[in-house]
Amino acid sequence: MGDHHHGPAKGISRWLFTTNHKDIGTMYLWFSFAMFLLGGFFAMVIRAELFQPGMQLIEPGFFNQMTTLHGLIMVFGAIMPSFVGLANWLIPMMIGAPDMALPRMNNWSFWILPPAFLMLASTLFMEGGAPAFGWTFYAPLSTTYAAPSVTFFIFAIHILGVSSIMGSINIIATVMNMRAPGMTYMKMPLFVWTWLITAFLLVAVMPVLAGAVTMMLMDIHFGTSFFSAAGGGDPVLFQHIFWFFGHPEVYIIILPAFGVVSQIIPAFSRKPLFGYASMVYATASIAFLSFIVWAHHMYTVGMPVAGELFFMYATMLIAVPTGVKVFNWITTMWRGALSFETPMLFCIGFLVLFTLGGFTGLMLSIAPADFQYHDTYFVVAHFHYVMVAGAVFSMTAAIYYWLPKWCGRMYNESMGKTHFWISFIGFNITFFPQHFVGLAGMPRRIPDYALQFADFNMMSSIGAFIYGASQLLFLFNVIATIVAGKRVSEEKVWDGAEGLEWTVATPAPYHTFEEPPAVPRPAGTI
Amino acid sequence: MGRNFSAAALVLFAPLVGAENQINMSPGVTEIGVSIFELHMLIMWICVAIGVLVFGAMFYSIYAHRKSKGHQASQFHESTKVEVAWTVVPFLILIAMAFPATSTLLDVYDNDDSELDILITGYQWKWKYEYLDASGETVSFFSNLATSQEEIYNTREKGENYLLEVDEPLVIPTHTKVRFLITANDVIHSWWVPEIAVKRDAIPGFINEAWTRVPQEGIYRGQCTELCGAYHGFMPVEVHAVSRDEFDRWMAAKRGVAAAQNALAMQTLSVDELMDQGQRVYAAACLACHGAGGEGGVGKAIAGSPIVLGDIATHMAVVANGVPGSAMQAFGAQLSAVEMAAVLTYQRNAFGNNTGDVVQPGDVTGTKNG
Amino acid sequence: MMPELRLSKVPATDTALKLSAVAVLMFAFVFVVMVPLYNVLCDALGINGKTSGQAYTPAAIAIDTSREVTVQFVAINNDDMPWSFAPDARVMRVHPGAANGIVFHAANPTSSSMVAQAIPSISPSRAAAYFHKTECFCFDQQALAGNATADMPLQFIVDQDLPDDIHTITLSYTLFDITGTAQDGLAAL
Repeated sequence: MGDHHHGPAKGISRWLFTTNHKDIGTMYLWFSFAMFLLGGFFAMVIRAELFQPGMQLIEPGFFNQMTTLHGLIMVFGAIMPSFVGLANWLIPMMIGAPDMALPRMNNWSFWILPPAFLMLASTLFMEGGAPAFGWTFYAPLSTTYAAPSVTFFIFAIHILGVSSIMGSINIIATVMNMRAPGMTYMKMPLFVWTWLITAFLLVAVMPVLAGAVTMMLMDIHFGTSFFSAAGGGDPVLFQHIFWFFGHPEVYIIILPAFGVVSQIIPAFSRKPLFGYASMVYATASIAFLSFIVWAHHMYTVGMPVAGELFFMYATMLIAVPTGVKVFNWITTMWRGALSFETPMLFCIGFLVLFTLGGFTGLMLSIAPADFQYHDTYFVVAHFHYVMVAGAVFSMTAAIYYWLPKWCGRMYNESMGKTHFWISFIGFNITFFPQHFVGLAGMPRRIPDYALQFADFNMMSSIGAFIYGASQLLFLFNVIATIVAGKRVSEEKVWDGAEGLEWTVATPAPYHTFEEPPAVPRPAGTI
Repeated sequence: MGRNFSAAALVLFAPLVGAENQINMSPGVTEIGVSIFELHMLIMWICVAIGVLVFGAMFYSIYAHRKSKGHQASQFHESTKVEVAWTVVPFLILIAMAFPATSTLLDVYDNDDSELDILITGYQWKWKYEYLDASGETVSFFSNLATSQEEIYNTREKGENYLLEVDEPLVIPTHTKVRFLITANDVIHSWWVPEIAVKRDAIPGFINEAWTRVPQEGIYRGQCTELCGAYHGFMPVEVHAVSRDEFDRWMAAKRGVAAAQNALAMQTLSVDELMDQGQRVYAAACLACHGAGGEGGVGKAIAGSPIVLGDIATHMAVVANGVPGSAMQAFGAQLSAVEMAAVLTYQRNAFGNNTGDVVQPGDVTGTKNG
Repeated sequence: MMPELRLSKVPATDTALKLSAVAVLMFAFVFVVMVPLYNVLCDALGINGKTSGQAYTPAAIAIDTSREVTVQFVAINNDDMPWSFAPDARVMRVHPGAANGIVFHAANPTSSSMVAQAIPSISPSRAAAYFHKTECFCFDQQALAGNATADMPLQFIVDQDLPDDIHTITLSYTLFDITGTAQDGLAAL
C-alpha cells in the first residue's frame, strides 16, 4: 500500500494527467469561475447597451450574440461544471470513498470541456458572427436562418454533452458502488442524494439535447427536414425536444444547490436537518415531475386546450415538493442556535430569493396568465431569481463553507460578509425591477426598448454593474485565502458541521479514506 | 385619420404617460384581459400571503434563535404530522387556483364564429395584415416600424411612441369579434398586444388562431415576443380600434387606394412621381439593410451596384424574387406594380446611379404575367 | 477476515456500462420514439392543425344537411417563394359528410423551373381530425416550368362528427420553394 501515499506530481503534468478527485474538482471549479466571469462580462455588455433607450454601443445582431453566449456559457460553462467540481471534491469524502469510481474517465470529462468552450467562444470571430438565436436555439432561426458558425456551436454542445454524461456516470457509479461499509442510502448526506438524482437526470436528458442538435446538423447539412415544414417536419417539434431536455435541465441546475443548502443550514443552526427523509422524497418527486411539465415553456405555440391543461396542472404540482423543501429548511433553523457566517448568509439569501423565484414560477405556471408573461422580462426576472440567487448563491455559500477544509486557511470573514451584502443588494436592484418592466410589457431579448421602460432598465443596469463588481471581490477573497489566509488546522472547521468530510485532517490530504472510515450516526440525525 | 387617432391616443395614454413607471400588468380593455389580470392578482396575493407566513417564521427565528443571544439549539428533526400538513395544505391551495385558471383558459380557446377574420403573417422584421373577405377583395398591407433611424441612433429626440409606432396600423372595429389567424413567412415570431391580451406564436407553415372583442376605441400597442433575428426588437404592433362606421369608411378607402393603384398601374407616370414614391418605398422596404445613402449594410450597396446599373429585367427579378440563401427577400408579393416600378426607378437614379432609366408600372405587370 | 472496503459488491465499471447504455438508448429514443410519437400525436390531436398526408378513402356516409360549416381557404407563400398562389374561392359553405372540391391556381413568374411543396394547416386545430382530403395537391411536390401555370385541385369531406361548437374551419396552405432539395421533381419536367 505504501506507494499509494505519494503526493501530487509536479508541474503542468499534475493537472493534465491527474486522476485525483480533488485535483479534478479544483480544475472544474476554476474553469467554471473563469466561465462565470466571461458570461458575466457578456451580461455587462448587454446591460450597458440597455442602460438607455436607443442603440448606444453595439448593433442589434451583436446584442443577440451576447444574449445567446451569456445564456449558454452561464448554464453549460459556469453553473453545471461548478457543481460537478463540487461533487468531485465532496462526494468521495462524504461517502468515505478514496476517489471517484472511474478516475481516468474523470480526467477526460474535465479536459474535453475547455476545448468545447474555446470553440464556442471562437465563433465570435467567425464570418457571420457567433450564434445569435438565444440559448434555446429555436428552429428555424437556428437552422435555415443561422450564421455558418452554428455548426461549431452544435459540435461544442455535443462535446460538453459527452462531458456531462461521463461526469454523471462517474458520480452515479461512485455513489452506488464506492460507499464505505455502513453508509447506507438513507445515511448519505443530502448533497450526495441531490447529486445522485441530478446525475440520473443528466444521463437521461443530455442525450436528448445531443439528439436535438444532431437533427439540426442533419437539417442544415444533410437535407433532412426534422424541423422544417417544407419537408414535412415541424419547427414546434424542436421546441418539444428542446424542453424535454430543458426542463429537467432546470432541476439539474437547482437540485445540487438544494443539496448544498441542506448541508450548510443545519451546520449554522447547530441542529439536524428537519425531515431528512421527506427531503429525499421531495427531490425525487421534483425530478420525476420535471419530465412531464416541459410544454409549460410553450403555452403560446397553440397547443390543444387539453395539452395546455395537462401541463398547467402538472406544473402547479411542482410547488408541493418545492414547498416542502423550503418549509423543512426554515424548520431546521427554527429553535436552533443560529450564527451568520458568510456561508449561512448566502444560504439565507438563497432561501429568500429562491422562494421569490418559486412564487413567480407558480404564477408562470398558470397558462392563461402566461399569455401575458411569456417571453417578457417577467420571465427573465423569474429565472434569474432561480438560477443566480438559487444556483449561484448556493455555490458561493459552498465555496466559503468548504474552502477552509480544502486549503487549510480561513477566508476573510468581513470581506465575505461585504461580498454577500453587495451581491444581495446588487442582485435585487438588477432583477427586481425586471418584474415590473415585464408586467408592463417589455419583451425579452430586445436590444432597445420603448421609453416607458427607461428608468427601470437604468436601475437594472446599475444593479448589474454592482453585482458584477462584487464577484471580483469574491475572486480576490478566494485567492487571498489560498495564498495567505489565516491557517486553520482543526478537523471540524465549523463547530456545527457534521459529516465524514469533517473527520479528515485540515487541509484535506491528497488522498483520503484509503481505509474506509467508521460511519457515524445516520445523516438524518447528523 | 391620423389626427383623430392621435387625439384618442393622448386621452388613452394620459394615465400611462403620467405614471411613467408602470409596475403591474395592465388589465387592458377586453373581458379576457380583465379576467387574466384578476387571475394574476389572485395568484400574486396568495403568494404574498404564503410569503409573509414563511418569511415571517424565518425572520422571527433569525431574530429569536441567535447563538449570539445564547439560544440553545433543540435537536428535533422530524414530525410526520407537520410534514403531512404542509404537503396537503399547499395541494388544496393549488386546486383552488386551478378552477379560475381553467375557466379563463377555456374562454381564450373559444371557437365561436367571428365577424371579421384577419390573417397576420410575421416577416423578418415586419407584420403583414390581410383582411380575409368572402368576396375575395382582400385588403392586405405591411406594417413596418415607423420610428426613424435617427431616433434609434440618438441623433434625433425620441418620440413618445418610440419603437411602438408603425407606418400602417392594424384597424379593427370595436364590439366585434375579430379572429386572428397567425402564421409566419420565415422564422417563428409572436404577435402580442398586452392591452387586448392576445399573444400567439407565428409559426412558418402552420396557422394559429386567437380572438378578441375590443369594447373601447383606442390605440393599442405591442411587440414581437419571440426572438426572430437581429431586428426582433424593431417590429412593433399597433392596433387601432375604431367604431364600426369608421372601420367601414377606412375599409372603403383602403379598397379605393387598391383600385387607384391598379388604375395607376395602367398609366405612364412621370419621372418625378416615380422618384417621389420610390423614395418612400425605399425608406420602408430597403433602407434598413441597404442604408440611407445606398451604401449597404446587412445588404449589398445599391450605389454603384452592378445589378442596379445593369439589365433592368435582372434587377427586377432580384427585387421581386429575392436572392435565395441570403437576407435579400422576395419583394414581388410585398410591393404593388406601381411601388415596384417606383423603387426600381429610384434605385437606378438615386445615390449617383444616374442611369436615366425609367421603369413604368406596365413594365412590371408585363414581366409578372410573363 | 479482511475488513470490507466498500458497502457495494458491484464493480463500478458494471454500473458505468449500464448507464452508458441508458445514455445511448436515450439518444436513440429521440429519433425512434419522440419524432414518430410527435407525429402520431399531431394526427390524433391536430397539433398545429396538421392533417393526414394520405388520401382519405370515403366510407358510405350520410350527408348531414341539418347544419352548414364555413370552410375558409388561405394561401400563403413562404420566404422567397415568388409564385402567385391563390384559391378559386375564399370561402365555402359545406354540409358535413358531403364531398366538396376547390381549385388552387399557381403561377411561376420566374424564367426557371421550380418545385414547390404546399403544407396544410387547419385552425382550430381540433377540427383537423375531422377534415378529410380525398384528393390534394399537397400530397405531392408540385413542379412548374418557368412562366408556367397550374390548376391544383383539392377534394375534401368534413366529418359529420365535427364538434358542434366549431362553425368555421380555416384551411391554410403554405407554399414552400423546395427546388434546391427536390432535383427529382425538376427532372420530371
